Amino acid sequence: MKQHFALIALLVLFALAPLAAGPYLLSVLMLVLYMAYLGQAWNIMMGFAGQLSLGHSLYGGLGAYVAAALFAQFGVPGALGLVAGVAVAVAAGAAIGALGFRFGVKGVYFALLTIAFAEFTRVLFEHIPGLGGPGGLFLPVASRSGVDLLYLRGHPLMFYYLILAMTAGIFLLCRRLLDSRLGFYWLAVREDQEAAAALGINVFRAKLWAVMLSAGLTSAGGVFFAFYYNSLFPAQAFGMGRSIDIILAPIVGGLGTLFGPILGALILTPLGEVITWGTEAMGYNPAGLKQLCYGLAMLGIVKFRPDGVWPWLRRRLGWDGEGTP
Amino acid sequence: MSIDLINQVITGLLTGLVYSLLALGLSVIFGVVRVVNFAHGEMTALAMYGAWALATYLDLDPLVGMPLIAVVMFVCGYGLQRGLVDSFVSKPEHMQFILMVTLAIIMVNASLLAFGPDAHGIQVSYGFDTYEIGPLLIDKVRLLSAAAALTISLLLMGFFRLTLMGKAIRACADNLVGARVIGLDVKRLYAVTFGIGTACVGAAGALLSLLIDVMPATGPELTLLSFIIVIVGGLGSMTGALLGGMLIGVSEVLAGYFLMPSMKSMFSFAILILVLVLRPQGLLGARR
Repeated sequence: MKQHFALIALLVLFALAPLAAGPYLLSVLMLVLYMAYLGQAWNIMMGFAGQLSLGHSLYGGLGAYVAAALFAQFGVPGALGLVAGVAVAVAAGAAIGALGFRFGVKGVYFALLTIAFAEFTRVLFEHIPGLGGPGGLFLPVASRSGVDLLYLRGHPLMFYYLILAMTAGIFLLCRRLLDSRLGFYWLAVREDQEAAAALGINVFRAKLWAVMLSAGLTSAGGVFFAFYYNSLFPAQAFGMGRSIDIILAPIVGGLGTLFGPILGALILTPLGEVITWGTEAMGYNPAGLKQLCYGLAMLGIVKFRPDGVWPWLRRRLGWDGEGTP
Repeated sequence: MSIDLINQVITGLLTGLVYSLLALGLSVIFGVVRVVNFAHGEMTALAMYGAWALATYLDLDPLVGMPLIAVVMFVCGYGLQRGLVDSFVSKPEHMQFILMVTLAIIMVNASLLAFGPDAHGIQVSYGFDTYEIGPLLIDKVRLLSAAAALTISLLLMGFFRLTLMGKAIRACADNLVGARVIGLDVKRLYAVTFGIGTACVGAAGALLSLLIDVMPATGPELTLLSFIIVIVGGLGSMTGALLGGMLIGVSEVLAGYFLMPSMKSMFSFAILILVLVLRPQGLLGARR
């Protein structure tokens, strides 16, 4: 019960935040929600089904590029582009998953396969001149006011509530998934694939569902990113750095838990902002210093809370007994 | 085949031998310690900066400075394994990944702070010398680095086959429980192995600094490159790493020759995907 209260309180807090927060704080909160959303999407594949993907930027980038290119080149509304982008990403996820699982590519090897596909696609997109190549793809911005959910154009506040709704939605979806038959299949596969197969679970299908769901949800996040920031570069959209950003929140927060990605995002994004603020306040801010501090802070978290912060916090709060989100 | 193409292939083979040494370091660490070193290229970039600093400030040829860099890197690797990585050896893969990636982020940005974003290259006096063999042209720098890389690789193979410590390390890789039962100090052997891996990185970095410029972005590129080579050749197979290095070296120049140099990594990744799917144990790896 306490957990539900905490969750509802968090949601209300986020929903009311624009009343008090200025544009800067709002953009930070938006980043928190965005990281939590992507982290949760990745969590489905790794945390629930136990399949390590280190190339998740591929799905976000595909969704972003498909929707953005359709809009920029043909004026297709963002909401329709979203459908197309998600479809492409789900197909890509299915193809990579099928390839990997059918040929028994496991563990580290599967992770490297996902990296290889993401990197391959990055270089490929850098060589498609119609999409801007390495110079990037830019979305025309008519106005930053109003609310147009069909074209995904409008006021930053619209994007804020959009990502809040997406994050709340993925949280509810994951909650339902964990209680579903498929969710139990995933946990069985994660813990012991051979045993799961022996029980009659179609392991291949269960894993494929995880990849497709995770890919589709991640690509929706990518579409959001493209239409909010209005620019896309292959080196960023498909880069290793993006993949690492995606997986940091759930790992720091607690892998396989529902709260983990949110908590991780709530820790990491403000941490980055505080470091930026700190280095600027010192008046000494050479390139690399911020990331260096961030890396050192990450190292501390990884070293001292290797299972993630949420499982530890849950124990400290004494919330362990009552069902485990 | 035109002469130009043959020259290109030879260039690729020679560069590939240096890649092989780099990949050998990764293969040794993963084969024994079972930790995937996602900071491999970043460590290499640090070694390259070291070689650059020695060449610039002390006027020391990278070929001469190489043993020094390798020794320093051995000590760093040994300490890193003892102090940090060892507690992650039995943790799940994604935790090891995060640890190594965090280390990589720290290294990239530390080098960005120290050396700035610009490319650093080393000019040696014999930099533009070439050997002419009939119609073939072979760069002296490339030939020397390749010869040094090959020598070190062979010495390393000899170490693992012939010396007692090498055999002990292989025992840890083959059967960890058995190695403990007969009283091997696994922690120390792991640290030595990690040190050997990073020493390979140091030597390869010093040699690479003669062939390519180093900048902060070089690190991540070399990490991915070493992974491709090791997987293509077969993880744990040292001859596989040698073969994989040469294969990728040649594929890079061919991609540059027939298409665009900027597309060379795409080719390497395509080879990696094919190998992972069709022959996941690698070209020379034993069936798992």
